[in-house]
Amino acid sequence: MSELNEIMNPIKENICLPEFLVYERPDTLTEQEFHYCPGCGHSTVHKLLMEVVSEMGIVGDTIGVAPVGCSVFAYHYLGVDMQQAAHGRACAVATGIKRVMPEKIVFTYQGDGDLAAIGTAETVHAANRGENLLVIFINNGIYGMTSGQMAPTSLEGMVTTTSPYGRDVLTQGYPLKISELLAHLPGVYYVTRQAVNTAGNVRKTKKALQRGLEYQKKNLGFCLVEVVSNCPSNLKMTPLESNEFVANQMIPFYPLGDIKVPEVK
Amino acid sequence: MGDVKFMKGNEALSEAMIRAGCDAYFGYPITPQSEVLEYLAREATKRTGMVVLQAESEVSAINMIYGAAGCGKRVMTTSSSPGISLMQEGLSYIASAELPCLVANINRGGPGLGTIQPAQGDYFQSVKGGGHGDYHLVVLAPCSVQEMVDYVKLGFELADKYRTPVMILADGAIGQMMEKVELFPQMERVVTDYPWATTGRPAGKDRRYITSLHIQPEKMEEINHTLQAKYKVMQETEVRYQALHLDDAEYLMTGFGLAARICIKAMELGRAKGYKIGMIRPQTLFPFPTKIYAEVAPRIKGILDVEMNAGQMIEDVRLSVEGKTRVEFFGRMGGMIPSPDEILENFEKYFIKGS
Ligand SMILES: Cc1ncc(C[n+]2csc(CCOP(=O)(O)OP(=O)(O)O)c2C)c(N)n1
Ligand code: SF4
Ligand SMILES: [Mg+2]
Repeated sequence: MSELNEIMNPIKENICLPEFLVYERPDTLTEQEFHYCPGCGHSTVHKLLMEVVSEMGIVGDTIGVAPVGCSVFAYHYLGVDMQQAAHGRACAVATGIKRVMPEKIVFTYQGDGDLAAIGTAETVHAANRGENLLVIFINNGIYGMTSGQMAPTSLEGMVTTTSPYGRDVLTQGYPLKISELLAHLPGVYYVTRQAVNTAGNVRKTKKALQRGLEYQKKNLGFCLVEVVSNCPSNLKMTPLESNEFVANQMIPFYPLGDIKVPEVK
Repeated sequence: MGDVKFMKGNEALSEAMIRAGCDAYFGYPITPQSEVLEYLAREATKRTGMVVLQAESEVSAINMIYGAAGCGKRVMTTSSSPGISLMQEGLSYIASAELPCLVANINRGGPGLGTIQPAQGDYFQSVKGGGHGDYHLVVLAPCSVQEMVDYVKLGFELADKYRTPVMILADGAIGQMMEKVELFPQMERVVTDYPWATTGRPAGKDRRYITSLHIQPEKMEEINHTLQAKYKVMQETEVRYQALHLDDAEYLMTGFGLAARICIKAMELGRAKGYKIGMIRPQTLFPFPTKIYAEVAPRIKGILDVEMNAGQMIEDVRLSVEGKTRVEFFGRMGGMIPSPDEILENFEKYFIKGS
């Protein structure tokens, strides 16, 4: 362990020299160190979200809702006013906030179990009421926080701790494409599916978050940005392998791109 | 001066909510309290701009309350027994995150889907915590339409003062019956700048967050101590009860809400027959008026506790008197209401004929 530290430390210090910096930590991200596993998509999306909030200059106008899931501590990292919601209830909590503070931009940040299993009713009805919320939906196909159980989004045949022989769709249901489902609702303004497994996809995700927040600034309706993500720890893969899993297994079933975009008049 | 009206309990409660300057109501229909959402949908938004939203479930409603209360707004929800059961996880979060809000339970008969008739079977759920973890709601028990109104105002005041969820525990009869009621005048909706409220990070200041998660057990224990200290202060300063004939009482009748009101009639019938009966009616079920029971217990011959359940508050009465007097029970359940005559009969059975 100490050997590793000796190897790692000088590199870490070198990387942190100003001349090596490619980009800086957005000032809206707190200085709290992330607890996320190395290579986890949650970290990337946190950073992107706060970059956009900083660039748009909306830190004082934005209120966020953290879920129960690996990102439960999002409120420690995202430097805006935040509320931590009960498992699945983020869209209801966000509705409560938005209805009494209609001039603020309100977002939720939720995992797939939170948004598409225990919180399905809250998600569908907030969308159906056309609540002016930006929902950021991290689809890693698994229950990260509780150590790798099957999620509503787990792929057919996917081995998880609660589908040890692979997800059997006949007894355990089919992977749920909730974004497509929500896109049918008239109250829903913008739905897109992105990923953070490659540099190019990271840039597109940032654009989608920007778009979602711009729409919220104008209160145009319910917006959802799904991010197909990874969970190296529970997939028992290296970060790189987990990104390949996203590219080769997840994205073919959950194709990237806009699912519903506002009609140009 | 407010105005005097003849109103149904649920409507009076709704009117009081509007007049108390409530900012938002989130609720889901259930008998016997659906008039609340209906009344508010008709009256509230157009009069004060109050937010009124029919949620998709009680689970959602209580979490909407969490969100809006977290912004420092004056918020309320109402439901009846099965719906209140669904709210328990949310109430536990609200108590832990120390958010002020008001909840009314227009108790109906249970368990299960039960009946829509009035009952008091939710006493344990209301006063002992209800959801998970060590917490309490302040619980107010009205016995008239007038108290439905008074306790909305008081409930909001206590919620703000202690940053705590407050429950009005009424029953289907008080919700449905019509009585003369004096309403307080319309209050302003005030914007309070609470330092803890998430209203958008103020420029140059720290951002706020609302949570009930404290991974380190030391910190979680500290939060528990804070909550318990708050409950202790409430027990010392917020106890409210109505007492009758304590000066000459040889016996007591006791109960809360509607059962207590019927008991008063039974007490009067008994006194007309020469029995020296007094009465204690807790108005706050939490904090419970322990002291007054303890005070009178040594000098009386017995207490008849009357409830519209299988005997729930009686446990707190027995804990209060610490065995210093006999405590007997009479109750009706499942939506049945005791009559003054049967209460008096039971009183005589236990304390006059049997003794
Ligand atoms: C009412 C309730 N049920 C269950 C849990 C346990 N639990 C915590 S997180 C979680 C799953 C989270 O998975 P997901 O939403 O996909 O988020 P991830 O960790 O994958 O980001 C579960 C089941 C809980 N905290 N509360
Ligand atoms: S368990 Fe999975 S989702 Fe959670 S932080 Fe680790 S890699 Fe990310
Ligand atoms: Mg997940």
